[in-house]
Amino acid sequence: MFGYYFHLAVRSLGRNRVLTALMVLALGLGIGACITTLTVLKLLSGDPIPQKSARLFHPEVDPLPAQGYVPGQSKPPWGGLMPYADAMNLLHAGKAERQAVMALTQAKVEPRQLGQKPFFSDGVMTTAAFFQMFDAPFKYGSGWSEGDGESRARVAVIADFLNDKLYAGRNSVGETIRINDHDYRIVGVLKPWSPQPRFYAVGLGGHSYGNGDAVYLPLQSARADGMDPQNVSCWEAADIKHLETSPCVFVYVWVELADAADAGAYETFLSNYAQQQIATGRFHRPEVALPDVMRFMRDAQVVPDDVRLQAGLAFGFLLICVVNTVGLLLAKCLRRSREIGVRRALGATRRTIFAQFMVESALIGLAGGVLGLVFAELGLWAIRHQPAQYAALARLDLAMFAFTFVVAVLASLLAGVLPAWRACMLTPAPQLKAS
Amino acid sequence: MEWRPILSTLRRHRIPASLLVLEIALTCAIVCNAVFLIGQRLQHMQMSTGIDEHALVQIQLAEIEPSPDIYARAREDLAVLRQVPGVQAAALTNQVPLGISSSNSSIKLDLAQRQPTLNAGTYFGLDLPQTMGARLVAGRHLQADEATNVDVVLKALATGDAKQLPAVTVITQAMAQRLWPGQNPLGRTFYIGPVGVRVVGVLADLARANAYNDATAHYSMVLPVFMGVGQNQSYLIRTRPQDRQAVLKAAVAALKKADPQRVVTRQRTYDEVRSKFFENDRAMAGILVGVIIALLTVTALGIVGLASFWVAQRRRMIGVRRALGATRRNILNYFQAENFVLATFGIALGMLLAYAINLFLMLHYELPRLPAIYFPVGAVVLWVIGQLAVLGPALRAAAVPPVVATRSV
Repeated sequence: MFGYYFHLAVRSLGRNRVLTALMVLALGLGIGACITTLTVLKLLSGDPIPQKSARLFHPEVDPLPAQGYVPGQSKPPWGGLMPYADAMNLLHAGKAERQAVMALTQAKVEPRQLGQKPFFSDGVMTTAAFFQMFDAPFKYGSGWSEGDGESRARVAVIADFLNDKLYAGRNSVGETIRINDHDYRIVGVLKPWSPQPRFYAVGLGGHSYGNGDAVYLPLQSARADGMDPQNVSCWEAADIKHLETSPCVFVYVWVELADAADAGAYETFLSNYAQQQIATGRFHRPEVALPDVMRFMRDAQVVPDDVRLQAGLAFGFLLICVVNTVGLLLAKCLRRSREIGVRRALGATRRTIFAQFMVESALIGLAGGVLGLVFAELGLWAIRHQPAQYAALARLDLAMFAFTFVVAVLASLLAGVLPAWRACMLTPAPQLKAS
Repeated sequence: MEWRPILSTLRRHRIPASLLVLEIALTCAIVCNAVFLIGQRLQHMQMSTGIDEHALVQIQLAEIEPSPDIYARAREDLAVLRQVPGVQAAALTNQVPLGISSSNSSIKLDLAQRQPTLNAGTYFGLDLPQTMGARLVAGRHLQADEATNVDVVLKALATGDAKQLPAVTVITQAMAQRLWPGQNPLGRTFYIGPVGVRVVGVLADLARANAYNDATAHYSMVLPVFMGVGQNQSYLIRTRPQDRQAVLKAAVAALKKADPQRVVTRQRTYDEVRSKFFENDRAMAGILVGVIIALLTVTALGIVGLASFWVAQRRRMIGVRRALGATRRNILNYFQAENFVLATFGIALGMLLAYAINLFLMLHYELPRLPAIYFPVGAVVLWVIGQLAVLGPALRAAAVPPVVATRSV
């Protein structure tokens, strides 16, 4: 039966080529626009560390002075950047399964080989638990210990791409690398690892997307060697040469809890910590926050407004295309009332007529989907040439590929319901009589 | 024109008619808002900086070995740059207007104030307004003997001893107006942290580096602090517009010759700075234009398709009318009028939708209200497109011969 409907549909569509082309084109454009913007939206709002994003939390406190404080109307400022002292207190309290403190710095790397020029790349200054907490996999060696940080040891972990560049991919553990005019001993080399976006440092500076950070250094050692964090905010005039003791924020703390349900207990601990600091006169505001990875990224507005607007626009566009297709299909069906009359008179049931028209719509949908795929590839090609950090990552994945056809067929079936309903409700006699 | 038959025909074809109305309404609503968004972006991109944009180039360097004396290094570099043929002026700056990477300060009019009055872009440099070509409208420029080296400033801030700090500044007219509306700002003092600073000059305009918000984009001041060479410092060079590329090349070569232990991290004309700052806005405006064109095309094609079918379906009726004495013009006008009626309903509904979408956008994206002028303009555009789209099918209808009425099919 389906084969027959298919045959009928192809013949019917072939009879009105221009109109068919018009419907397919409109549907294709709408679907192409939607898939393009959805791919970008998915890329930007995706979970960078799905296996434990619900167990990673970002503690935030408010170190601002009492001046201008309105109870209940303020929250931790600067996207949760923290003063060094408080970050270290939380680290040493060790109330979570794992915890790490981090900041970004610009790392000047000097190759040993003669003739190679020094270059700048993103460096992470952090504490020992960083690698285990974020599931950063090691190719050679391992991370450093808490003791290395405390003793200001000059040890470093380097990224896979830096190891390729400097040591042609061989095991470089034990080698010395010159970073910002100081010699560091390599203790570990990571496998390719670059969460998209680089959630742990969104707001610390640098790039949120791309192939990741090049070097990882113990925070205390790097600071002792005079490396400056990329993002510093101070709430009073401050001596920025001694950030650790100045009224300034420049680090993030991330903690891993054994279970997402422990968040309440940790937040209580954080709250008590803020109260303690108020008691000693350091803090003046009791507000704290403990967002998990996804909420942290929402708060940090990782997805730009423009991208949301574009997605909204694309869906409006698809809606118009669907309405357009409904209208055209309906017009087409009205013209075929005689054909329907004949088929009904020859014994076709309403159900058969309905099915026949739906098959025709679905066919248009599939064709629109194929065309939409072409438009989506074109759209993504255009996105890749846009001036955004994430541009190079905008590619159609398998899920989106499949989703295109689901959207296409759903949209066309939706567009086909009304015409098909009208067609199957026609009474055959008047149609035959009219001719 | 007889309207009644049109309305009664439409009433009998309620579903196709309402679909067309719906399509026009959605198109109208989206196009009005998209055009408005484009207008907003274009207006933002027109932002003035108050400087001589086409005459400037910027060079930024990073040092491989830290300089023993960052001030001597910078002074020597500036002397080298001024020797390069074609260079009219050169200055060291911590930021450039629309340069994204910015330095800002909170400003109070009174030390006892709880909240700062405003936040202003803070330029550190000497000869900076002169080099950039920012026009002085009152008072005087900063003088060389007022300059303080940055480490003195940092030390003073750390100890709280403000005696050594730069006590003078040049600010923009926009900032002066906001601080002291309608008054003469010359000689007045404001506070950056605990430090009082006296206004000695007023610039016509100087945009800040992070000019994302049109309302605060022109709050800038220049302090006579000499930064010396460093990561975030760059050299601004003024030359003749046609010499920019040659001067840029020669200047980079001269700086490298003066100290080969450096890498150039940035060398560009100021035009590139502006273009980079607005690239997202430009891309978004381009996308919106594309969407508008695609939408109007789809809608127009929809009208053509539906009208064609309508005409084909009513061939008998048209034949009868023609046989009863209707002229070709009457038939043509009939279909045009029908389209006009549909478009009018669509536009009316579309305006309501456009307003609703605008309210939504105002709530979520901090956009201003849609100006009333968009409504009549949007209406006219859709009327015109509707008429253009229906013209083909309507002409075909007008060409139906009266003899059709006598045929059985």
